[in-house]
Formats: sequence, structure tokens, C-alpha cells
Amino acid sequence: MRSVSKHFGPTVANDAVDFAASWGEVHALIGENGAGKSTLMSILAGLYRPDAGTLGVAGEPVRFRSPRDAIRHGVGMVYQHFMLVEPFTVAENVLLGARDRGVVLDTRSVEADLSRLGERYGLAVDPRAPVWHLGVGERQRVEVLRLLLLGARILVFDEPTAVLTPQEARSLIATLRALAAEGFCVVFISHKLDEVLAVADRITVMRRGRVAATTTPAETDRRALARMMVGRELAAFVEHPAEEPHETVPAGNVALRVRGLRARGDNGLEALAGVDLEVRAGETLGIAGVAGNGQRELAETIVGLRPTAGGSVHIGGRDLTDKGCSAVARTGVAHIPEDRLATGLVGSLDVSENAILRDYRRPPLARGPFLVGRAVAAFTDRLIHGHDVKTPSRWAKVRTLSGGNQQKLLLARELAGDPAVIVAVHPTRGVDIGATEAIHGSLRAQRCRGAATLLIGEDLDELLALCDRIAVLYEGRVVGELPARGADLERLGLLMAGIQEATASGATAADRPPVVLRG
Amino acid sequence: MEQVFTVGFLVAVLAAAIAAGSAILFACLGELLAERSGVLNLGVEGMMLIGALAGVAATLGTGNPWLGAGAAILAGAGMASIHALLAVGLKANQVVSGLALTLFGGGLSAFLGQRYVGLPLPASFGREPVPLLADLPLFGPILFRQDPLVYLSYALVPALWFFVYKTRAGLRLRALGERPEAADAMGIDVDRLRASYVVVGGALAGLGGAAISLGTNPGWTEGMTAGRGWIAVALVIFAGWNPARAALGAWLFGGVEAGQFRLQGAGVDISPFFLGMLPYLFTIVVLVLATRPGARHRLGAPAALGLPYQREERG
Repeated sequence: MRSVSKHFGPTVANDAVDFAASWGEVHALIGENGAGKSTLMSILAGLYRPDAGTLGVAGEPVRFRSPRDAIRHGVGMVYQHFMLVEPFTVAENVLLGARDRGVVLDTRSVEADLSRLGERYGLAVDPRAPVWHLGVGERQRVEVLRLLLLGARILVFDEPTAVLTPQEARSLIATLRALAAEGFCVVFISHKLDEVLAVADRITVMRRGRVAATTTPAETDRRALARMMVGRELAAFVEHPAEEPHETVPAGNVALRVRGLRARGDNGLEALAGVDLEVRAGETLGIAGVAGNGQRELAETIVGLRPTAGGSVHIGGRDLTDKGCSAVARTGVAHIPEDRLATGLVGSLDVSENAILRDYRRPPLARGPFLVGRAVAAFTDRLIHGHDVKTPSRWAKVRTLSGGNQQKLLLARELAGDPAVIVAVHPTRGVDIGATEAIHGSLRAQRCRGAATLLIGEDLDELLALCDRIAVLYEGRVVGELPARGADLERLGLLMAGIQEATASGATAADRPPVVLRG
Repeated sequence: MEQVFTVGFLVAVLAAAIAAGSAILFACLGELLAERSGVLNLGVEGMMLIGALAGVAATLGTGNPWLGAGAAILAGAGMASIHALLAVGLKANQVVSGLALTLFGGGLSAFLGQRYVGLPLPASFGREPVPLLADLPLFGPILFRQDPLVYLSYALVPALWFFVYKTRAGLRLRALGERPEAADAMGIDVDRLRASYVVVGGALAGLGGAAISLGTNPGWTEGMTAGRGWIAVALVIFAGWNPARAALGAWLFGGVEAGQFRLQGAGVDISPFFLGMLPYLFTIVVLVLATRPGARHRLGAPAALGLPYQREERG
């Protein structure tokens, strides 16, 4: 890829980027969120068209107008959100993109091909299983198998290990190495520096839409990579998060108590199957688990957005089961939802309107039915300055802010009233490192102040760094809980995979074969 | 009263049910294709009306009902291409576009149809018993003494069932409605295919209109589809987007329609206004039930139904 540029409106996502990867290598692409990695790879995969620049595959110049062109030239991408049709079987998903397979659905020949390839690359998966039955790891294998069957020789992975348990990630990495050994070109996007250093043959670092450096693991280390990514030193990367000392705050009274909580998911199936939790004032409880095991439903049920199907939620001693989200919010519960632009902020409203969404009914912001302009402005300024939200003005539409600044604004609003309980779901998802640091700082400060925090996370490092205890959610149940300090990653991983007899020591757990997830 | 329900009466009602149901069936199968591809088309009623009128006009002009049916197909497809342009090409709200087309089709057909009102057709689809099959006991008179369009509808049901569930094109169709981004990533041109299915669906709705104006009730009267398009929309949901079940539903409603006349003829007193209201009532109830939270999934609705597809672009 040569001097590739891509703009989204006024934002420059890629600015004259040169990128090259060779056959037979695993090439890691790292950078902060918003550095342009995904955009660059989406251009390579034909999803976006570059505004300028040229692409070449195997020495020949190519122009991709759609993913179809890219696949035809042997370029395939495994997206972060899998591109699978859930009600279809594995074989049907593969057939969807296949050419030369006749008019009539012929699943049998595909099933045979799948088994053959699966064996060869350690990607075993049942070709007749409907995709919605499969765990995340298996779905990812389906994506890889499909690309291989379509004849892809260049495979791009967008943060492939972010959604996997440590065991699954190890298995995937072995597959990546095997593919490279056979001459495939493997590019993978990541933000996990340890993983990149362990797997990659070469590493390209992107920063603000440009290539900051290309290096090899032998020539660099964590610290140097982090510096290249952000352009400055960062506390979070100098110390390993897991070793960070937890200041002990004397545990207070139980602020949030959840008993036997049941709820249904959007699909009508049981998503929570009796969850028991307790969070004390000044304590942070982390919820770990592979995505889709009831995390979202747990948060929504606690804050009153989703009706319960049994069990109870007590906040500060009061029974708030099914009392609705405004009652819960009035009790002093802050909610940082999973999708900030869907349930946290209103993208088409401006910063100050979003800032007051929680408290607009009460004085001093409101006097009777009217909003008090001066108070609104003062309140907004306080949030903006207090949490270092970078915005052109109070009147900027929230949609135009970066993800990190949106999240900081949301956090500022939710934490403004010094809530007794904080329910935070993936608070740093899609947020750059600088904002992540700031958000972590805010959450730590709240903990010291005495807030009880329920932190639902997907990044184990983040949970280990912020939490006192970590509970693992699997198929709507808490399958285990352990103190965050000195927590055994292996054991966490096995719990996330639903293996409860994980009381064995870390050493034996590490020797087990990779876990296959089944829904 | 006892003499009303003889075997002969039932056979006559069932035969009439199938004849009346074929119009709904064509429209319903067309809507099924569009919805499977992820596009809701509420303009079916308007497309049926335009099709019915085009069928009458072409038959009057040429004297050949087959050319009339062809004109109905083209007219329905033409109307649907407006929906394809608005709802697929320009990503407009599918509900608004569809409703607008129903209103447009109703008004336009009433306006253009003024001079055709009450004109007798030179030819229409008459009953053409199938040799041998027509002589079967019970089934013969019910199924095989119908007009040719009804036979066509018989053929269409298994053909579409096979297409949707057993062919690669059908797999792509279902993927469009379930997860267009997955289809896109697999190199399928989402908008072009969706637009094609909307147009084909409109063509079938037009043919459904012709099944009325050239078959069961030859000639043109304003608003002659009388809500059958709406029944078709509701039936797609009722049938769980399955062509075979759509056929059963269409014949059931054909039965309601046919039974109404026969019962009145036999002296049973049901208000025609009540019966005339049924299609709309049925549609409203089905749509309300189908749009309740969680219901989409339980009914097996295509997950992306009603959602325009746009590649994720930030801005």
C-alpha cells in the first residue's frame, strides 16, 4: 500500500500511509484507537475506497471497489464483529461467499472441505452447527476457514484476541503461525503489546493516521512500542497493571445487593439465570466473561432498563427491583452503558444538552418548567473542565466529539452527583489511551471517595488494575469469584470458558488443551 | 339451515376459496421475497390496484388476457421500482415510502380507471379443468377446475420454497435480510439484489391484482382489491416468511371471502361492512403483535427487515 489517504468528513483517518507485508510473515499493526489501523485494513479489504494512494498485491497494482474485488485478489479480513449470519449453519455461511458451487445448495461438499482444512490448521468446528450455537472462538475459526476456502492468501485480523479467553487466544496464535509458515501473509491489528511482541515477525506502529515506525520484536520492547504509539511516556504502560498496588479503603456497608437475579435477553432466551452479587461502598467488583454471557443484561437489569424475571436488586438497602431507571438514577446510581451513543448520550444534541440530561429536572438547572441558561452553562463548564473533555464549545454536537471525549463527558455527567453506586459497562471501549488513563483515574477516585462500583469489562488487564474482586459470568451465572490482586489469569480464563473445576493450580491449567466454547 | 352445509356446498366454497386466495397468494409471495431480502414493502395494495387496472386496460386493448397479465406484472414492477429507488437506493424510511405508494396507487388507479369502470372485458381467464385431475373426487372440483393463473400460483409455491431454502441464490437472499453486512463482506451487492427482489415482489403483487381483475371479478372497479394487499403483508408475518405456509394462509382468507358471499346467498345475515373491515383489522392485529419487543425473534423475522443497509462509515 503506497501513500494511502482516507478522510471521513473533516477527520483524516489515513494520511499518506505506506504499508507493506510479505508472504510468510505475521505482521502486527498497532496503534491507539483512532490511529487509523482499522481504516487502513478496511481499505485493503475493499470495504472503504481510499481517497488517494495505490494498492498492490503480489507486485501487481489493484483497485478494490468492494470486498468482492479484494477476495478475488486473495485478500480476506476477519472483522472484529464477525460477518456471519447467525441462523445459518457453518457450511451455509461458507457457501454464502463461495463461487462455482452450483445453483443448488450443496452443503455436503463444503462440509468435507471444512473438515479437511480444519484439521490441517487446527481450526476444528462442526460444519453443521448453526452459528448462533457457537462460542466466539469457534465463530472466529469459521471466519478464517471461510476465507481460506475462498482462496484468500492475505489474511487480515482486526483485534482477533480481544474477544477470546487466554486459552483460545493461544490456539489462534498457533494457527496464525502455522498459516505464515505455509506462506500466507498474515496481518493482525492489536493493542496488546505483549501479544504482538510474542507473535509478530514485524511490527508497524501507527499514530494519528501515519506510520510512526516499522520494527521487529527483537529490536524493541513494550515501553518503546508504547512510546511510539502515543508519542510520549505513559504511566499505565511503564508499570504492569496487574502489579499496581491497590490502596486499601476500609470496606463500607453493602451498597448494591443482587439476589437470584433472572432476566431474559433481547432474543427472549434466559440471559441471567440467578445472579448473586454484593458490592460494598468503596469497593470495585469486576465482572469478567466472554461477551454475550449476560453482562449487558446484568447491567441493564440493575439500573432498571430491563425487567427482571425473578430475584431482587437492593441499592443502599432499598428494594429497587423493577422500579424503573429514573427511580434507580434518583437513588444515586450512575450508569455508564455499553454503547454510549445508543443509551448514554444523544449524538444529535450538543454538549451542554447532554451534560444536563440527568439532572435537568432539578434546581439549580431548572426553575419550574424552564431551564436556567446560566446554570446550565456553568454546570456544563464544570463538567468539561473537571474531566478535561476536549470540545470546540458547549454547542458542539456530541456526535462530532471523539469517542474518548464522548466517554469523558458521559462519565462527568454520571459522576457529577457523587453517586453511591456506579454501574460501568466497558467504560474504555473504543477510547484512546490518553482518555483511558483519565477514565481509570476518575473511577479510582470514585472508589476512594466511597462509591461502590460494578465494572463490567472485556479487557482482563483493565479489570485487574481497577477491581478489588473479579466475578466471572458464564451463561448468566456467576461461576466463580476471586480477589483481583495476584489473580491467576489461567484460572480466570478457564472460568470464562465455563470450566468450574478450575481450582487446580495454574501450572496444570496451562497444560490443558485449548478450550472449545459451546453455547 | 341444515341443507346449506352439504358436500356440494363445501366443495363450491373451497374451490371459490382457492380462486379468491390466489390473488392474495401472488401478492404475499412477492412481499415474502422483498421482506426476506430485508425490505418491508407496504405498497402492496397500491401495486395490486395498479396491476389490476393495467391488466384490464391491456386486455381491453389487445383482447388477450395473457397480455393483460403481462401488463399487470410490468405495472407492479414499475411501482415497486419507485419503492426500490426510495427505500433501497436513497435509504428512505421503508414504511413511509410503502404507505405513500399505496396511497399513490389507489389514487392513480381510480383516476386512470374512470373510463374503464363497468366495461365488459372481451376475454378473461376462465375455468380450464385439468384433464384427468379434474375428475378426481373432491380434489378435482376444488383444485383442478380453476383458471390458469390459479394453476400458476400452485406452481409458484413449491418453486419459491425450493428457491428460498435450497438454492445458493436463496441463501444469499436470506443473508440479505438477516445480516446484510455479512453478505457485503462476502462480496454480495446488497443494494442491487435488494432492489431486484423489491421489483420482483412488486411484479407478483401486480399479477395478484390481475388475478382479481382478469380472473375472479373480471372488469375494473375502483378500489377493487379491497384490502387484499394488506392481508398479504400481514400473512407474510403470519406465515413466518415461509412460502408453503403463506399458501395456506392465503387460501384461508380466500375462504373467508368466498364464504361471505355464499353465506349471504344462503340467507345467513352477516354485515358486509363487518366482513369488509376484517382485512384491515387482521393486518393491524398481526402488525401490532409482530412488532412487540422480542416478537420479531420468536416469529423468525429477518433480523435486518426494515433497516436500510449502509456500510459503516464514520462522519
